[in-house]
Amino acid sequence: MPANFMPSAAEYFRFAPEIILTIVGTLVMILEAMTGDRDKSSLGYVSLLGLAAAMAAAVAANNDPGLAFQSMIIVDGFATFFRVLVLGVGMLTILVSTNYLSEAKANSGDFYALILFSVVGQSLMACANELIMIFIGIEISSIASYILAGYLRDDRRNNESALKYFLMGSFATAFLLYGVAWIYGLTGSTNLGEIRTVLSHGTAPTAMVGISAALMLVGLAFKVSAAPFQVWAPDVYQGSSAPISAFMSAGPKAAAFAVMVRVFYTSFDSISNQWEPVFWIMSLATMVIGNFAALQQRNIKRMLAYSSIAHAGYVMVAVTSHSAVGTAAVMFYLASYCLMNIGAFAVVTWMARDGEKFVEVDDFSGLAQKQPFVTAILTVLILSLVGVPLTGGFFGKFLVFKAAIDSHLMWLAILGLLNSAVAAYYYLRVLVVMYFREPGASTVNLPPVAGTLRVAMLVTTLGTIALGIFPGLILGFATQSSTLGK
Amino acid sequence: MPTTLLERYFPVVLQAILAFAIGTLLIGASAILGKRVRNAVKNTAYECGMTPYGTAKERFSVKFYLVAMLFILFDIEAIFLYPWAVVFRDLKMFAFFEMLVFVILILAGFFYIYKKGALDWTAEELKPVQHKIHVDLMPADPVPSEKVTHAA
Amino acid sequence: MHSLWLIPIFPLVGFLINGMLGRRFSKTVINTVAVGSVVLSFLWVLKALSALAPLNETYVEHYFTWISSGTLDIGFDFAIDRLTMVMLLVVTGIGSLIHVYATGYMAHEGGYYRFFAYLNLFMFFMLTLVLAANYVLLFVGWEGVGLCSYLLIGFYFLKKSASDAGKKAFIVNRIGDFGFSLAMFLIVISFGTLDFQKVFAKASTISPEVQYGSITTICLLLLVGAIGKSAQIPLYVWLPDAMEGPTPVSALIHAATMVTAGVYMIARSATLFERAPIAMDVVAYIGLATAVMAATIGLVQNDIKKVYAYSTVSQLGYMFLGCGVGAFSAGIWHVVTHAFFKALLFLGAGSVIHACAGEQDMQKMGGLMKKIPITFAVLFIAAMAIAGVPPLSGHYSKDAILMAAHARAPWMYWVGVVTAGMTAFYVFRSIFLTFFGEYRGKAHPHESPAVMWVPLAVLAVLSLIGGYAFNIPEFLSPVLPMHGGVHDESLATIATAAGLAGILLAAICYLFVPSIPGALASAFAPIYQTLYDKYYVDELYNVSIVKPIANGSREILWKGADVGVFDALVNGAGTTSMALGGLLRKMQSGNLRTYASWVLIGILLVMGGFAVYGGAK
Repeated sequence: MPANFMPSAAEYFRFAPEIILTIVGTLVMILEAMTGDRDKSSLGYVSLLGLAAAMAAAVAANNDPGLAFQSMIIVDGFATFFRVLVLGVGMLTILVSTNYLSEAKANSGDFYALILFSVVGQSLMACANELIMIFIGIEISSIASYILAGYLRDDRRNNESALKYFLMGSFATAFLLYGVAWIYGLTGSTNLGEIRTVLSHGTAPTAMVGISAALMLVGLAFKVSAAPFQVWAPDVYQGSSAPISAFMSAGPKAAAFAVMVRVFYTSFDSISNQWEPVFWIMSLATMVIGNFAALQQRNIKRMLAYSSIAHAGYVMVAVTSHSAVGTAAVMFYLASYCLMNIGAFAVVTWMARDGEKFVEVDDFSGLAQKQPFVTAILTVLILSLVGVPLTGGFFGKFLVFKAAIDSHLMWLAILGLLNSAVAAYYYLRVLVVMYFREPGASTVNLPPVAGTLRVAMLVTTLGTIALGIFPGLILGFATQSSTLGK
Repeated sequence: MPTTLLERYFPVVLQAILAFAIGTLLIGASAILGKRVRNAVKNTAYECGMTPYGTAKERFSVKFYLVAMLFILFDIEAIFLYPWAVVFRDLKMFAFFEMLVFVILILAGFFYIYKKGALDWTAEELKPVQHKIHVDLMPADPVPSEKVTHAA
Repeated sequence: MHSLWLIPIFPLVGFLINGMLGRRFSKTVINTVAVGSVVLSFLWVLKALSALAPLNETYVEHYFTWISSGTLDIGFDFAIDRLTMVMLLVVTGIGSLIHVYATGYMAHEGGYYRFFAYLNLFMFFMLTLVLAANYVLLFVGWEGVGLCSYLLIGFYFLKKSASDAGKKAFIVNRIGDFGFSLAMFLIVISFGTLDFQKVFAKASTISPEVQYGSITTICLLLLVGAIGKSAQIPLYVWLPDAMEGPTPVSALIHAATMVTAGVYMIARSATLFERAPIAMDVVAYIGLATAVMAATIGLVQNDIKKVYAYSTVSQLGYMFLGCGVGAFSAGIWHVVTHAFFKALLFLGAGSVIHACAGEQDMQKMGGLMKKIPITFAVLFIAAMAIAGVPPLSGHYSKDAILMAAHARAPWMYWVGVVTAGMTAFYVFRSIFLTFFGEYRGKAHPHESPAVMWVPLAVLAVLSLIGGYAFNIPEFLSPVLPMHGGVHDESLATIATAAGLAGILLAAICYLFVPSIPGALASAFAPIYQTLYDKYYVDELYNVSIVKPIANGSREILWKGADVGVFDALVNGAGTTSMALGGLLRKMQSGNLRTYASWVLIGILLVMGGFAVYGGAK
């Protein structure tokens, strides 16, 4: 046992984002307890500052990449990308939520603290280099999101959503942990790099390695809502408050994909002949289930839930391609997906209003005549979700399918493209309703778009367009940092 | 040193067998030796106490659960101190600071629940804020109606 | 630099101004912005062209690197060569005329600003499509014009048929786009770039593929895209329905410009197609089949816009035929002349409809010659042009295509000639039914205002002299070499004679012996009915494709998978454990258990997958 465990300053520096977030999160929690019944929106701004500071720390940490804490943490371009992404998702979520919470008379520091803690977990997932750290990250992120899903205690839909999410989530995470245990038993290590080394010798029994990889895949697939583990997503997204649905469909998903890519590309690289076919089938099934089920939806939150399943399917296509190009595609796609999905949920948040009365697609009737600003925002976001050129969504799809074709996954690319053609139908129905219908009961007495919500809408929309016109903004960085474990 | 698999795990196997045997023995013995009396009095829940009334499925105040959960949390956190104490000398100052951070975090949590009134048995604040309640439960996938008709 | 980017930017600015502020503007301001922006871009085209003349080489403007992934670099580049130049002039020139016309036509419609905003947006995307220097940028324009077409077809969105037609157009086009995007991927794989110049430079070093190969695949997939956009068999069904949109839209998008984008794309990729003889043949066959089929349907339609819609499909078939037999420049020539006379036909039809207070059924018209003489005159010129009467514009381009077809295979020429006869017949049938005889309707027809007939007059002049004045194939010879098709006087005479015979036949049937059509229709009732019902293709698609997909997603995925499989599974397993589960059921939501069993099944599947692929090794 080494005598000195004292980590160096550089190691703390690499872990600074998580440290900052934990401190700010705890602080917000204590402030909440101390301030009693006063207005809590200032705590929202404190949390925003904390996230911004953490983001700055994450960017700064990338100047000095490397390992930390006995190789439990790794800071590289890939980790930095996802750290910044989940931190950005956290910021957008807070911007979307403040007004919603005030209206629901539930604006409290607990909410912001939970968001911060959940983001800590996701950030840890992004930079974890070891299975136990990954598990801890997933748990921190998940437990906070379970509570967030049921945040409005007196709303029965929230309760149902939280309970389902919690039970299903724990169920699936248990498999992940079981897989970790198997791997440790087989290789004697939980470090991703060491596992890779041991497995590449080929001495470990293939069938058992396969089973442990399968078990880990189950846990991760649940988090990204990939088929056949997507069943929870529609109910949970529909039942939770709209800002929380935005958060859950973006941050945890992106972080789980980061883990999936890192684990399977690094540790399970040598058994790729086993997992690639399974990923192939899963990505196809995910796309098909997501898109076709969305066709029938009338509730916009449920439709977006199925659509987010479908998008997970596209990302899975890129993961399946198992190449540096594929990794870059995963990163780019998730960035544009987070932007457009949070933006869409932001509009839903605004539209649903207190008590979420207006969450049907038909409630958007004639919005174009009443609220040109929001209509324009939602139009851009939906076109991006469809994958129309000049939006981030288009380049995401382009890169994903290019990666697939580069890896000779011709059929998967073709079927994926067919899927995205189907998807156009249910997205465009929203456009049709907005532009081609007369305003109904839901579109009269629309509240003004609150300041923070407006910022969130503008940031997501402009971001989506920026990614569509100048994909090089982040594609360059993504490409540089896409060589994992090589 | 034991070499084969069986030798290495022999103590475990032995313990398992013992546990199984004792369990079987005790239950079996009472089943064989015990005298069975079946009548109304024997079938009551507390044969020798007061007569039970009402149902066992009572609704308890949520405070019981709250306290139980808080107990488990702090209990487990306290257990974390034991292994720490064992290696404290080896790890020197590092261990001290680590545990300091850990304890501060626990205290922050403790402060939070204290301020929130979770430990105050008579507090009224824990009563839920009255939000507007929507009783409609989430519908499953809606039954597809006929083709969408546009407002004429 | 000649600031080519200004050409599409003008209409975009017009779109933004009208789209965002238009509601508060008066019609004069909206007109000025909408028409002005298009005219400005037309003028800028002229300026750029005069500066770039004689344009023997492709001129490229690179703005910025749009996307760079691995070895693939895609620039935001505009390029201009002689082919682009022709298209630019057609799009902005005819676009300007139609914008002017629309200010009169739409004067009494609601959503005035919206209409012009969409129209300007369309111009932006169409110009982007034409100016694009690589396939991705072309695809941007391609998708954009599709979107605008969807918005404009559904412009009268309160009419269910209109919004349905919009959706149909969009969905059918997505099928084509799917082929196009696959083609792009294959081009990246084969050539490592999507830049037109680089792709064609690399392709020109390859010898033509006699057998089926990768270039053939690329070309066939490009063809799928072109078929969707240019309404060829089997994806033509959206175009006739698209006539639900306002008439200026039909003229601009669904006759003169957007639908020819497919032809443009094939001509642009001529270097690739020339190396894929099999794909060329497919192009020719599809074009010919479409030309014949659409012409036969056109023979019996009564809705004046439907007649011209099928005529458009048929003429697009001609253009495909031209490209397919290697005469790309002849195809483009026909694009140009067709833009003149078909825009004229549609705008004239619009003027007729306007005059008859919205009536589109030709059986309720008649005798309009005296009431709307200007419209009659221009429509008559357009009809002569499309019938191929020399020396009008249609005669030249159609001849060029037929000559090339004869050089490729004589039977193609003969089928084309018969189709030309049918074309002349149905167009003149519409003229005779509309303008001759007695008026059969109830409205009070009146001539359209000057703002509507002046553009018509300009188009009429172009239709008159457009073929003779603009020898497109010669002009395009540096870009698109002309193959075969030596001009043969006797063949040309036969084709002209077929057109004249068609006119004569129409005159006999609808002017002199009006009993013939009725007698023929009842004598050949089954054939007539089949043609009238457009070969039942819509019904066929409905039964074979639309219904199964709609039902499939509902029956299989929703009812089948969710209710059928999972619930049944749980319930089935549940019967055995019902005694135990009965209690739990009351406390727990049944859904969650369904989900849990689903997850369990999933785990088994995933582990099974790993086992199968791991064990195989």
